[in-house]
Amino acid sequence: MRCGSALVQVAVLHDIVRLEEKLLFNAFLNLGASLRRIYVKSSPIPLFRGGLSADVALQRCLSHTAAIESTFGLEASGIPVINSSFTLNTCLDKAWTASLLAKEGIPQPKSFVVFSLEAALKVASELTYPVVVKPLSGSWGALVSLARDEEELRTIIEHRMRLPGKESKAHFIQEFVRKPGRDIRVTVVGDEVVAAIYRKSRHWITNTARGGVAEAFKPGDEVVELSLKVREVVGGDVLGVDLFEDPERGYLVNEVNAVPEFKNVQRVTGVDVASAIAKHVVEVAKK
Amino acid sequence: MRVRCPVCGLPVEVPDDVMEGEVVEHDCGATLEVRFEGNAVRLVPLDGVADDWGE
Repeated sequence: MRCGSALVQVAVLHDIVRLEEKLLFNAFLNLGASLRRIYVKSSPIPLFRGGLSADVALQRCLSHTAAIESTFGLEASGIPVINSSFTLNTCLDKAWTASLLAKEGIPQPKSFVVFSLEAALKVASELTYPVVVKPLSGSWGALVSLARDEEELRTIIEHRMRLPGKESKAHFIQEFVRKPGRDIRVTVVGDEVVAAIYRKSRHWITNTARGGVAEAFKPGDEVVELSLKVREVVGGDVLGVDLFEDPERGYLVNEVNAVPEFKNVQRVTGVDVASAIAKHVVEVAKK
Repeated sequence: MRVRCPVCGLPVEVPDDVMEGEVVEHDCGATLEVRFEGNAVRLVPLDGVADDWGE
């Protein structure tokens, strides 16, 4: 693959190499791109213009911190990064995501951010129990808790408040959506929905990392339009959009993932997500 | 190739084409991450999975 007269140089920023990264490396090589793997744990990331060179970069760091900070470095050199620091920061912070989506009228579960037990109790009395308590950042369902009554909410908030780190002093509280034993993960690449799955579980947390079972799902127009609207709001070229099905309100956007895993999507749908991402990344370089 | 496990000290078999950042499970129960030092391959205990993106 050539950009003008030269090979397209693709930098992939990564820490842990999962199946997804191996699939992506192969996809770039199959396209004939020049691949530069940047393992951020051992590679200094310059924060000045000209510090790094590539036509385009794909961000695949598992660590949120490494993803955002290393993206700043690539952007300092004028390299387009998929996804940009704006998209990464937006999707990392659940309150920021909720705020931007709300401004555009995108349906979501009702959510609050609180900084004290007192405020959490007020929220719960408005939403009614059970309520879901989440850290403002994180995924795989980690540290996500269900408070079924005031006693449980007190316990969760008091425990969180005593954890070290500023991130445990703010809490994202969300209404509990009575979804039908599943949610939907939509994979967006560029301006297309390339695949979608149901994540089914008897547990209320349906992440595949928490045991949710993936099943292929063919998205209809409504899901496609909603997912692409989300993309318009948060930006980004590769996104995992998580949807709930509410019996009364229809589809609700729960979260947006800016460095999505896709091994289960690819496995159950048969869609070559890695190649779709690689093709899009190379196209971005050619623009 | 064989690399020493930093947790139990026993050898760990890793493929010759192993990539930096790959994760290796060892029989002793340790989850290890591959690092390169020059031409040498080193294993370190995996850390940092709490700060993550996911599926």
